[in-house]
This record gives sequence, structure tokens and C-alpha cells, in this order.
Amino acid sequence: MNDPATRSQVLRVPALSRVEGETALHLRVHEGTVEEARLNIYEAPRFFEAFLRGRSHTEPPDLTSRICGICPIAYQLSACRALEDVCGVVVDGQLAALRRLLYCGEWIESQTLHIHLLHAPDFLGHDDVIGMSRFHPAHVERGLRLKQTGNAVVELLGGRAIHPVNVRLGGFHRTPTRAELRPLAERLRTALDDARDTLRWVAGFDFPDAECDADLLALTEPGTYAIESGTPAVLPYDRALPRRGFPLGDFSEHVTEEQVPHSTALHSRLDGRRHLTGSLARYALNGHLLSPTALEAAREAGLGAPPLTSETEDGRPGEVCRNPYRSILVRAVEVLYAVEEALRIISVYERPARPYVEAPARAGIGHGATEAPRGLLYHRYALDGEGRVTDARIVPPTAQNQGAIEEDLRRLVQAGLDRGEDSEDELTRLCERAVRNHDPCISCSAHFLELDIVRTPGPV
Amino acid sequence: MSVPTTSRPPSRPRLGVFKFASCDGCQLTLLDCEDELLGIADALEIAHFLEASGDPAPGPYDLSLVEGSVSTPEHVERLRRIRAESRHLVTIGACATAGGVQALRNYADVGEYLAAVYARPDYIETLATSTPISAHVPVDFELRGCPIDRGQLVEVITAFLAGRKPGIPNHAVCFACKRRGNVCVTVAHGTPCLGPVTHAGCGALCPTYGRGCYGCFGPAGTTNLPALVPLMHRDGMGDEDIDRFLHTFNVTAFTAVEEEGPG
Repeated sequence: MNDPATRSQVLRVPALSRVEGETALHLRVHEGTVEEARLNIYEAPRFFEAFLRGRSHTEPPDLTSRICGICPIAYQLSACRALEDVCGVVVDGQLAALRRLLYCGEWIESQTLHIHLLHAPDFLGHDDVIGMSRFHPAHVERGLRLKQTGNAVVELLGGRAIHPVNVRLGGFHRTPTRAELRPLAERLRTALDDARDTLRWVAGFDFPDAECDADLLALTEPGTYAIESGTPAVLPYDRALPRRGFPLGDFSEHVTEEQVPHSTALHSRLDGRRHLTGSLARYALNGHLLSPTALEAAREAGLGAPPLTSETEDGRPGEVCRNPYRSILVRAVEVLYAVEEALRIISVYERPARPYVEAPARAGIGHGATEAPRGLLYHRYALDGEGRVTDARIVPPTAQNQGAIEEDLRRLVQAGLDRGEDSEDELTRLCERAVRNHDPCISCSAHFLELDIVRTPGPV
Repeated sequence: MSVPTTSRPPSRPRLGVFKFASCDGCQLTLLDCEDELLGIADALEIAHFLEASGDPAPGPYDLSLVEGSVSTPEHVERLRRIRAESRHLVTIGACATAGGVQALRNYADVGEYLAAVYARPDYIETLATSTPISAHVPVDFELRGCPIDRGQLVEVITAFLAGRKPGIPNHAVCFACKRRGNVCVTVAHGTPCLGPVTHAGCGALCPTYGRGCYGCFGPAGTTNLPALVPLMHRDGMGDEDIDRFLHTFNVTAFTAVEEEGPG
């Protein structure tokens, strides 16, 4: 890209690294203007929604966990909630608390993985965590320890960290005793210090200025930071517009998948606008429901008070953080919160009388959504009277975030070009960082595949 | 690797990690080896591992770990290139070893599947089948599991580094269950369980958690699948249920065992 002012060029990053799954970047620049920025997701199609049909209503939790090895709990619990919705079953009390505990484990390990192994190397100028470990061994070791603790929570409750076996419709196959949870609490107390140190560490990073022009979408739940359940809420980018919400059953009317003319990749839109789910959205919509210590730590780390907090100490109203680079800060706050929350749940845990609630099948349509580490994950199932799945729809967070990520890429590259950063290496690095800010999990997007990578340069 | 150091041997064995159609879970298992990760990175040069490293290096590779099944025309070509550049090629997980859960398409009309999932199915390039790596290139070792087991992965890497055969037993989940002291869920509770015919490696997780094994490690070395069918009938499963039970995470693998008969 030697002379962007006079030539059309296509920048291709054939394989994007340090993201989960497989994707490429495609960028078309004409006379110094970015005409197109696009993620080419070349993850192979795996047809989950197709082969779920005809399966028994008890099967989607185990089956859909195979969509993503990074957030299997999110798939298992979104599937459970949608199917329980069809069956008219409510899982509450200690069983619901155990689900939240399990999900906290996934948040801890997955967000920690992203912070230390995938994202931090960008801020510190390393190619990977191995290279980074030579210069920052204590930080890497702490990250691995924290991640291991998250995995330990998932392993104890689920049997293993990837594709756990213990989740079922209505609850669990087996619930732990209080005594079994005790060693976990000990590890979590160490993790609390590690999570605080991690937050302090990432707070010291250098954050470029950036703002994501997208509406924010997250689940909300009265009185608690929504993780394993909730109702969709939207914070529009346009400050003149009010926060709004809608029933989960209307999800498909609000979040629509569109095929854009230049690409086969499906783009999700929220009421016609691009939107973002995940840590930034959750913090903006639910940050005021974090624990006081997590909120205090967030403030110390330089994050503004979340908008629904009435006022900050110096009298200014809270602010929405829309800087994708700072998402690493919010992730670290969420790890701290998840550790605290896990400790809280364990401290009041009583083993329920039965490990699960019966969920006999009935005909109907059900909706379920939970907050995967990467954002809102929605499932919808239709069952017939025999309990067979007749239709399945799964909308993962990365698919929803794709439009916002591409807009980020377009703006960042344009800014880079305007500053004179026009070498292919510089632009590639800029783009890769921009994508990793959003922690995309491409495996989840398996059915938003695009294979025809257009290589036509613009008119010269 | 961003900075070369002098403390390591100049030519460590080079590791490549590659992905085809999959969920990323098996390569994530390598990152889940928190206690061993830095040690592995010391012993090996992690030359190609897109999920973890921003600086993929070209081959040749001494050991290539391959995750995922072959399910697009591009996969076939890429796999051949990887094989040509790899001294040892080891498949990790049910997708790479048996086609994975996405091999359910092998028994369906892929055109219809495409139409069910995609608005514009004509844009999607896919094969009608999801096949294991071994259907396309020679494989030096197949590590089973959906997902693979962390301990077994470390054993395989260690074995290849040492130039010996991996010590991965071929026996059934039942052995692991006995070793763990579990009460048999089929005998005691009439819970259908694929433990007698499923390859060990998970540590008999499902029975430990009170449910029947669902076969995510695929068939054990010697199995008598037909002998298990009447037991599953006894425990309330119809033929269709049994069919779904066997054809999920290792769709084609159990089919092969059924066709071969008692092994």
C-alpha cells in the first residue's frame, strides 16, 4: 500500500491470529479512502440448526455446546433456558444459583484467557503470550493461575472445562455437596487477589482513543448483573434516544439477519442499526448492579461510573465507555465480579433436594438467552408434541458484533491512512488489534460463513 | 516468538497446530494445560498456532496437531499441504478423528441442510460430507475425544518428542469407571450407557456425574456393540433412540463398528 492517494489497493490478512476460529480481513482502499472493510469468516459450515431438527428436546444442551469449545456453558445454558421455556419449567433457588456459579467459572476462565493470552500481547508489543512471558512472567503466571481457577469451577460442576457433561434440562445430573465446594472457595479467595492485580495491570496499558458507533445490547435482570438469564435492553448510540427494552420472545423481530450485497456473510442488525454486545454493552447497561468492590475497582482502573449510577463523586453523571480498546478493562472488572459472585454463591449454598426439575416436553416455541463472555447468545426452539425439535435458531454474539467490528476497522484504517500510516504491516497490525478488541469467537459464527473473497480493486 | 533468547537450544522441535471444521475446543485444550504450557513452549518451538500466536511460521513442522474435520474443498488442499510439511501428523479430537458432530450431514441431504441454515445457500461452498483427516492423508496417531483429554494430549506431545509411541490405552470407559470406584449406572439404575463400547480417556466422567456415557471418545479398540443393544432396549430405548445415541459426536465411527461386527 505504497501510494494510497493515487491507487486502489486491497489489503488482505489471510488468517487472523489470536482469535478463536478462522477469519480473514478484507479491506479495499481507493484514493486514500477506505471503501470497504470486512471480516471474511471462512469457518466451515457445520449445520447445527439443520441437524438439531428431529433430535429429542433433551439433546440440544450437549449438542450445541459443540458449536464452541471456548464458551460451552453459554450454549448449554441458553439451550436449557429456551427448552425450559417451551416446557413451562422454571429453574430457581439453589439450582439457579449453581448455574450462575458454573457460568461464573466460564466467565473467569474465558475472559482471563482473552485478557492474558489473546489481548494483552497487543498492548505490550508481543506476538504471543509465550513471547510476553519472557518479559512479564509474573503477569502471565497469574493469568494462567486465574484461568485455571475458572476452569476448576467448571470442572467441578460440569466434569470438564470443555463441553462439560453435567448440565441438563431442568438443572444438573448431579449437584455438589457443600464440602465439595469448599476447596473451590479457597482457590477463589486467591483468585480475588489475582483478579484485582490483573485489573491494576491492564489499567496501566496505553489506550488509543476510539469510539464504537453502535447501539449496545445486553440482557438485564432486576437487582443483579445479568449473566445466566435476563431480558434484552438497548442503550442507543444517539444520546438523545432513551434506553429501551423488549421481551426475549420478540428477539427475532428486533435482531434481524441481513444479507448485504457485497458479501455472503449475514449481518445482524438491531432495529436497523449496527449493534454491539459483550463486556462494553453489559457494563454500560448493568454496571450499576456490580458489587461495590467491583465498581470501586473499576473506577480506580479509570473506567467512568456506569450511566445509571446517579452521580460520581465529583458530581458528574456516569459515562458510557465505548472505546473498544478499553474493553480489556471491563473484562478484568467482570473477572473480579465473577470471582466475588462465585464466592458469594458458595457461601450460601445448600445442596438442593433434587439435582433437576423434570421438564416434560410439550409442543411450542421457546426462547432463551444468556450472556456469553463475548455477549448475548440467543436460542429459539420449536418442539412438537413428542418433544422433537422441529426448528432451531441460534444467534451468537460474534455474528451480532460483526457489523460494529467492520465499522471499527473502517474508521481505524481511515484514521491510520490520514496519519500517513499506510504500510501494509502497519495497517495489518491496526486491524488485527481492532478485531481482537472485540474478542470475537469465530467458531460460534460458523453459520455466517463467507467464502467468496472479492479481490476486485476499485477503479483506478 | 518476538525475541530470540540464547538460553534455549537453537533447534527445538517445531510444533504446528491446525484447524479444520471444529469448535476450537481441542486446540484450546493445549492452552488449558496451564501448568505445562510454558514448559511445552520451552521444549518446542510453537511455529504455527493461530489461536495463540500472532506470528505463524512456515513449515516444515516436526509435529502437527490437526483439529477439525474435512468439510470444504479448500480443506482437502490445505490438509495435503500440511501433511507434506509435517514429519508427524496427529489428529486431535472427534472431528479430526471421526468427522465430528458435523458428520451428521453425511446421512442427510446437504442441499436441504444448506437451505435450512442459509438465506443464500448457493454462496456456500461445502462438501456433502464431513470426513476424518485419515480419509485424505496418512495419519501417525489419532487422539480421541470431544473434546480431547488434557492429560492424554500432554502424553502424546511428550511421546512424539521422545520418539516413542504414545501410551494411550485402547480399552473401554468401563475400565476407568471401575478404577474410579463408580457404581455402574446401567446395572444399578438401568441408565443406558455407552461405557462398554466407548474408548477410555475422559476418566469416566458421565457415570461419575450420574449419567450414562454418551460416547464422545468414539469406539474402544475391541467392542461388542451388538451385545449392548438388548441392554439399551431393556432400559427403555427404541431403535431410533439407540441410533441417535450412537450417531452423535462420533457419527461415522460407531457406524463402522456396527458394520464390522464384534471386534
